[in-house]
Amino acid sequence: MPQFKGVDFYGLDGLLSDEERMVRDTVREWVDDRVLPVIGQHYREGTFPSELIPELSRLGAFGSNLRGYGCAGLGSVAYGLLMQELERGDSGLRSFVSVQGALAMYAMDAFGTDAQKERWLPPMARGEKLGCFGLTEPDFGSNPAGLATRARKTSQGYVIQGNKMWITSGSLADVAVVWAKIENDPGVEGASPDAIRGFLVEKGVPGFSAQDIHGKLSLRASVTSELLLDHCEVGEDALLPAARGLKAPLRCLNQARYGIAWGAVGAAMACYEEARQYAASRIQFGRPIGSFQLVQKKLAEMLTEITKAQLLVLRLAQLKDQGQARHPQISMAKMNNVETALGVARTARDILGAAGILDECQCFRHLCNLESVKTYEGTHDIHLLILGEEITGIPAFA
Amino acid sequence: MEIFALVKQVPDSVSEIRISSDPRRTEEAGIKFVMNPFDEFAVEEAIRIKERFVDARVTALCCGPERAVESIRMALAMGADRGLHAWDPAFQDQDGIATARVLAAALKGRAVDLILAGKHAIDDVNHTVPSALAEFLGLPQVNGVTRLELAADGKSATARRRIEGGEEIVDVLLPAVITCEKGINDPRYPSLPGLMKAKKKELERLTLAQLGLATSDVGLEGSPTRVTRLSPPPPRSQAKIIARPTLEESVAELVRLLQEEAKVL
Repeated sequence: MPQFKGVDFYGLDGLLSDEERMVRDTVREWVDDRVLPVIGQHYREGTFPSELIPELSRLGAFGSNLRGYGCAGLGSVAYGLLMQELERGDSGLRSFVSVQGALAMYAMDAFGTDAQKERWLPPMARGEKLGCFGLTEPDFGSNPAGLATRARKTSQGYVIQGNKMWITSGSLADVAVVWAKIENDPGVEGASPDAIRGFLVEKGVPGFSAQDIHGKLSLRASVTSELLLDHCEVGEDALLPAARGLKAPLRCLNQARYGIAWGAVGAAMACYEEARQYAASRIQFGRPIGSFQLVQKKLAEMLTEITKAQLLVLRLAQLKDQGQARHPQISMAKMNNVETALGVARTARDILGAAGILDECQCFRHLCNLESVKTYEGTHDIHLLILGEEITGIPAFA
Repeated sequence: MEIFALVKQVPDSVSEIRISSDPRRTEEAGIKFVMNPFDEFAVEEAIRIKERFVDARVTALCCGPERAVESIRMALAMGADRGLHAWDPAFQDQDGIATARVLAAALKGRAVDLILAGKHAIDDVNHTVPSALAEFLGLPQVNGVTRLELAADGKSATARRRIEGGEEIVDVLLPAVITCEKGINDPRYPSLPGLMKAKKKELERLTLAQLGLATSDVGLEGSPTRVTRLSPPPPRSQAKIIARPTLEESVAELVRLLQEEAKVL
C-alpha cells in the first residue's frame, strides 16, 4: 500500500501548526500501516478490528480533545485531522473512536461528578474501558425529545425501563451513557423533554443487556447494537447530575457531528485518490481513461468539492477553539461534508468501473459506510431543517 | 545514565527527489521531511533502555537546518526527555566528518554513557557520522546492531550484529557508539499526548560560537570530502513482455534472453 500523500489543492497545510501536521502525519502513517491492510477483511467478515484498540490507546486517540485524565488535550484542528485520517481508513473505525471520546467520555466530562470522571475517564482514555451512548430508540430517531425510556426515582437510586437502538459499540461497551426521562421528578412533567437525564449504566447490571444488530450492508467493521433496559436498577451515583433536558445529549451530538464533518473529508480523500490513480493507469482505447474529458470533469469536480469541504471544517475548527461555533454551523458542515463524501465515493466507484464494486478497492466500502454516516448523528434532512430554522426563525419539526 | 540518540531529518522515502539549479544540491520545495527511519530505531532503543533504567535520560541530538527541529520534536513525542539542536548557517553543505565534529563539540563537557544512531541516513547513505563521532570522542563503536542488551550495572553492553552467513556477538564497554540496524526493534508511533507535550520539553540550541568551533572546522572548509555534482539515476528500461503462443515457448524464450541478453544464467 503506497503512502497516502493527502489532498491539499489550496495549500491548507500552510495554515496548520507544526503540532497539527505532526498529529495528522502520525495518524496518517498509522492508518496506512495498521488499518488499511486489515480493514477490507474485517469489512467482508463483518468483524470489528478489536486488535486495533490497544494501538489506538497507545496513540492516545480516545477523548483526545479533552483535557486532563490522561487525555491528549488536542485543539480542534488537530482533533479534526485525527478524525479525518481515521475515517480515511474506515467510517466504522472513526465511529468507534467518536463514540468513545466525543459521546461517552465527553458526556462524563461535561456533566459528570468528579467521582464519575475519576472512575471512568482515565481507563477510557487508555482504552481499557469502552463506552457507548444510548439516545436513539426504535421509535424515536430524529425526534429524540419524545424518547420513551423512563427512569423512576426510588429510595436507592433509579429503575430504568426502555430500549435503545442503533448503538455503536453497544455490546463492546463497559459503560453506556443512557438517556431517559425521570417520570417522578417533582416539578418536572415526566413526559416532557425537560425530564431527560443521563445515566451511566454499567455492563453486567441486572436488567441491562445488549444485542448486536446483524445484516448490515454498511459500517460492517463496526459493532451496532440494541440496548435493552428491563427494570434495570442503578444507584444514585449513576446519574450525570449536570445533564438536564434534551440540550445535554444534543451538546454531545454537536461534538460528534463536528468530528464527522472532518471524518467525511478523510473518506472523500481516500476515494478521490483511488479514482485519480486508477484513471492514470487504466488504459482504454489505447490511452489512460484520465485523458478523457468526462473522467477529467469527474476528477475536477471531486477535487473542488473536497477543497470546499476542507475549508468548511478548517474555519469551523477556528470558531470552535474560540468558543464561537454555533450548532447550525456544525450542522452545515456535517450535512455538506457527508454529502460531498458520498458523491465523491459514488463517482470514484463509477471511474473504477467494475473494479469499483470489489472490496479490494476502497470506494464502495466508503460509499456503503457513508450511507449510514449520512443518517446518524442527525440525518441530512434534519440538518437542513436546523438550517431552515436558523434562516427563517421558524422550526419545521417542532 | 545519559543516553544520546542521533537524529537526522531526511526526505520521506516516497518523495520525488529533483536536482536543483545548483547541481550539488537537491530541490527542497515540495519535499516532505521525516526522521531518518534508522534513527527511529535509535530513538526507540534509547527509550526502551530508559524504561528499564530509572535514572536514564534520553537526549535527541541533531545537527541540521532549522526544519530539522521537527524530527527532534518527533523524538520528544516518542519519549525522549530533551533535545539538543546544533545549527549554524556556517554548517551549510558540510560532509559527515564536519557534522561529526559539530556533534562531538555539542557533547563536550557532558556526561555520556551511550550514543545510539541509525546505521546510516537514507538520503546520502554515507555511514559516516556515527563512526566519525566515535573517533572524535575516542569511544568504541559497534555498527549495524540488531539486538542490544545492557548489563544490569549499565557499564557494558552485549550487541548482536548480522554478518555474512551468521551473527556476531560483541561485548563493549560503555560509553560507546552503537548504530542500529532494521530489526532491532519496532519503533512506536509518537502518542498524541506526547506530541502535545513535546513542545514543552527542553530544547537547547547551539550555534557555531556556542560550540566553540571555528568556521574552518565546519561547512565546506571543514569537510575533507565535497559533493561536486549530483545526477539522477539512469531511466529504467522498459519491461519486456514475452508472449509466445504457448507457455513452453515463452519459457524457452525467457531462458534464452536470460542467457544471451542478460547473461545471468
